[in-house]
Amino acid sequence: MYGNEEVPAGGILSAIGQIAGRLCVIVANDATVKGGTYYPITVKKHLRAQQIAAENGLPCVYLVDSGGANLPRQADIFADERHFGRIFYNQATMSGAGIPQLAVVMGSCTAGGAYVPAMSDQSIIVKKTGTVFLGGPPLVKAATGEEISAEALGGADLHCRESGVTDYYAHSDSHALHLARAAVAGMGAGGAQGGPAPSRAVEEPLYSPESIYGVVGTNLKNTYDVREVIARIVDGSRFDEFKPLYGETLVTGWAHLHGRQIGILANNGVLFAESAVKGAHFIELCAQRKIPLIFLQNITGFMVGRDAEAGGIAKHGAKLVTAVSCAAVPKITLLIGGSYGAGNYGMCGRAFGARFVFMWPNARISVMGGEQAAMVLATVQEDRRKKEGKEWTKEEDDAIRRPVIQSFEKEGHPYFASARLWDDGVIDPKDSRKVLGLALEATLQKSIGETNFESAVRVVLDGDSFIRNYSAE
Amino acid sequence: MQEPPTTLTASAPQQQLRVTSVWTKYSTTAIKSGAQAIHPGYGFLSENAIFANKCAEAGIVFIGPPAQAITDMGAKDISKRIMQQAKVPVVEGFHGEDQSDANLKVHAEKIGYPVMLKAVFGGGGKGMRIAFTPADFVEALSSARSEARKSFGRDEMLVEKFVERPRHVEVQVFGDSHGNYVHLWERDCSVQRRHQKIIEEAPAPNIDHATRLRLGESAVKAAAAVNYVGAGTVEFIMDPRNDFYFMEMNTRLQVEHPVSELITGTDLVEWQLRVAQGEKLPLKQEEIPLIGHAFECRVYAEDTVEGAFMPSAGKMEYASFPTEIARVDTGVESGDEVSVHYDPMIAKVIVHGRDRASASQALDAALAKTTIVGLPTNISFVRRILAHPEFAAGNVYTEFIPDHSAELFKEIPVTKAELIEGALAQTLSSRVSTDKLYSQLIPFRVNHQPVVTKKCGKKSVDLVQKDENTWEAEIDGEKTTVLVSELRRSSCGHELHFRVEAEGEAWRTKAVETESGTLVVVGKGEQTYEPEAKEWGDAGAGGAATGGHAIAPMPGIVERILVQKGDVVKAGQALVVVVAMKMEYIIRATRDSIVDDVTCAPAQNVPRSAVLVKLTAQEQ
Repeated sequence: MYGNEEVPAGGILSAIGQIAGRLCVIVANDATVKGGTYYPITVKKHLRAQQIAAENGLPCVYLVDSGGANLPRQADIFADERHFGRIFYNQATMSGAGIPQLAVVMGSCTAGGAYVPAMSDQSIIVKKTGTVFLGGPPLVKAATGEEISAEALGGADLHCRESGVTDYYAHSDSHALHLARAAVAGMGAGGAQGGPAPSRAVEEPLYSPESIYGVVGTNLKNTYDVREVIARIVDGSRFDEFKPLYGETLVTGWAHLHGRQIGILANNGVLFAESAVKGAHFIELCAQRKIPLIFLQNITGFMVGRDAEAGGIAKHGAKLVTAVSCAAVPKITLLIGGSYGAGNYGMCGRAFGARFVFMWPNARISVMGGEQAAMVLATVQEDRRKKEGKEWTKEEDDAIRRPVIQSFEKEGHPYFASARLWDDGVIDPKDSRKVLGLALEATLQKSIGETNFESAVRVVLDGDSFIRNYSAE
Repeated sequence: MQEPPTTLTASAPQQQLRVTSVWTKYSTTAIKSGAQAIHPGYGFLSENAIFANKCAEAGIVFIGPPAQAITDMGAKDISKRIMQQAKVPVVEGFHGEDQSDANLKVHAEKIGYPVMLKAVFGGGGKGMRIAFTPADFVEALSSARSEARKSFGRDEMLVEKFVERPRHVEVQVFGDSHGNYVHLWERDCSVQRRHQKIIEEAPAPNIDHATRLRLGESAVKAAAAVNYVGAGTVEFIMDPRNDFYFMEMNTRLQVEHPVSELITGTDLVEWQLRVAQGEKLPLKQEEIPLIGHAFECRVYAEDTVEGAFMPSAGKMEYASFPTEIARVDTGVESGDEVSVHYDPMIAKVIVHGRDRASASQALDAALAKTTIVGLPTNISFVRRILAHPEFAAGNVYTEFIPDHSAELFKEIPVTKAELIEGALAQTLSSRVSTDKLYSQLIPFRVNHQPVVTKKCGKKSVDLVQKDENTWEAEIDGEKTTVLVSELRRSSCGHELHFRVEAEGEAWRTKAVETESGTLVVVGKGEQTYEPEAKEWGDAGAGGAATGGHAIAPMPGIVERILVQKGDVVKAGQALVVVVAMKMEYIIRATRDSIVDDVTCAPAQNVPRSAVLVKLTAQEQ
């Protein structure tokens, strides 16, 4: 992503985990990667973790060990709306919204990094290894000529005894983590958290998760019945299918995942007008009943051609996209195959407010298939040549097509996608049930709001994430 | 038969030793409740003639021997004379004016070799010699005399029977008010530390039947000599040739009486009550059987590390006894305090087997299921004794523990099985159980196998949970597959039980977690794991307590202060005497110092590690 510079995991680890019985988002700087400095992708990942916390009402625990902004790349991380400053803005607004913010200073927190503990509700610092200062010793020397050690300038003793910047004094990293657990335990019940208990006993699927490999295969062009995948994910392999005989290329229905009811939309071929209408209908039902939605994407796109256009596919597709956009229930998307074009949108792609998006390693994501794109580009060129009365050779055709196919191949690959945070992780297909279950549970830490399709006004509060519904009087 | 009389068991802090006030309390209670008799328990009241007399005066039956018997047996010289008259063997000695070598030798012959020569004005082992044969005598005497002269300026000697490798063998006797006496065989209580018994057994091992009968007959003679009534114990000292000598008679039912009950199938307290009511002894001598073998272990709250046997006090956070496989006599339960006012005995674990080996196994099994948390105990130490080949061979004697200390206190390396169960117990017990999927699923990370590292003493174990029952443990780079099943938590939540299968072995493990987070894991071994939080402790408070000052080694009461502010003290000089757990501790200066301050007062209750005297080191 950055030429020869390797930035594993964006230099920051983020996770959802249970601390003292409460689900939290944990964001930890990895100081072994460029001193824990923030690359553009580091900022993006930090913000994404905060977004998860904000959307799902999860306390944030920051394990800070960062040199602050990566100075050579400051132009791409400092000033814009969704740059470094947003981290602190999010800390302030989440704290204001009752989502606890806890920082554990386990390394240096310099300059911008100093604000992470400072902006937190509570902060813990480790003696000798943790420091917090706006300007480190080199900067202080340059500015005022004062020579001072890092520990004396911003160590645990200073900040716990004198400045009061940090609240708890830890003797070691493990002590600090122990104090952090105690702090989370002391956060109280907070607002609506914990979510509803599972409505029924958990049942393992009848089919083993490993057998999912055999169902899917390795070639995206080979079709299979997506119900085979559903059977390997949901409780007892029980699926209460909705409208099974209509719009058959979109499978819809209810099931339970680790004891909780979900609505599933899964592709079983290209989307036709009926499939889109059926999907919108199903989403409306789930939104009204406050049932979370799981999207299993394997979609080449909406149907094209005269019949389709005449059938109003554009309008019907828009209905599905609207329903997906406005549904205020938690939405989780899993890419299990192709994710192309408007199909990505209609099936709740990243831009449509999915709380979590995961990908299988065999999935591909791009505006259209590489071959189709190559064909489109080659055809355009060929037409122009023909208009000019020139010849269009097989070699020229290849020369246009090959690089397009190659770049689509590369850019549609899950590693390319995941590295850019288009999703929240590439997962092993056999872990789908677990990952979806855990993600679902995370989304249920916050109560499900009302959906009002008639007068929904989308207010963008935090980029693409906060969607609030205002009812007209 | 009449209703059995109400009994009151006596026990009270030592401060309340004054019998009169106790008497007032007891007699009032006894009269109020309409009791006809008082059972004095095993404690100080049971051998108190004044108390027995007061009972008699008040017309309340004292369940014990006549006051005269208590008095007679309480005085060593009188009891020895009575026994000599009754032809009970006693440890002979000569302590007289005629100090001629020849006279001493005559007495030595009369006493019987080996004999001990001791300087009359001696001490500290100086001026002491043992003569094993008449040939040794002259040389032993002259060297003892010369050493005594050099050390004490006097060379008067006394001669005593020397008992080699002595055993403590005692006989349970019973008498009734009709002049009948029986014995209920003997007990061996040789395995002792700090002159207190740890393991008692009946019958005594490695004794032939003829000796056993002689012991019994001698004990009955002793009881008859003082017209004894009720339960009593005649203590003998026994040498390796099975020659035994009268030591003293305990005129009460002793702590270790259950082993005699188990081998004879009797209830000695019932006997006491019957005899006190004036009934005849329930059995005649020839009707008293000797069935199998019995052991009793006294479970003490004490630190056995390196043989220090320091009594400990504090809260017993958790106690679990193997009542289903052993007789357990105890009066304490989880949450009780072991105070400094009493003997730190927590319980008696008593077992019976068809022979000594099976009884020993049964005791080991029972002790393995005895779990005390919060206080160190002697349980694992006793289990080591049981496993010692010399103990198994019955070669017990009073110096057994010091003589075998090398093996008994040897540090045993922790086994792999213990490491595995320890790491598992720590991991499983730390799992927070919530209704969340996050705590129900096997630890899961996307595309990653989570590894849990647990410290078990000096080693650390890496654990990976593969599926619900399968784990992989890695110790020193070596991987072992472990199956964990039948995991359950006790209803109180403190106990975690599970079954472990690894390397072809299967066993059950119990982990007990206390309120303070200490985890005791009992399975293949017994190990205690302190919570990580304890490592950090209270920052800053720890360091100040030491620094060469005199500190209390354990919670106790300041008895005497021997120095005052400004005194110059030498290294090793006594500073303060603290009484704790019935023992006196002399706190000494660790180096030549000046007393800065005395920070305690007599009769003050001091906690462990309290600074008693502040000292400043004095440069030489």
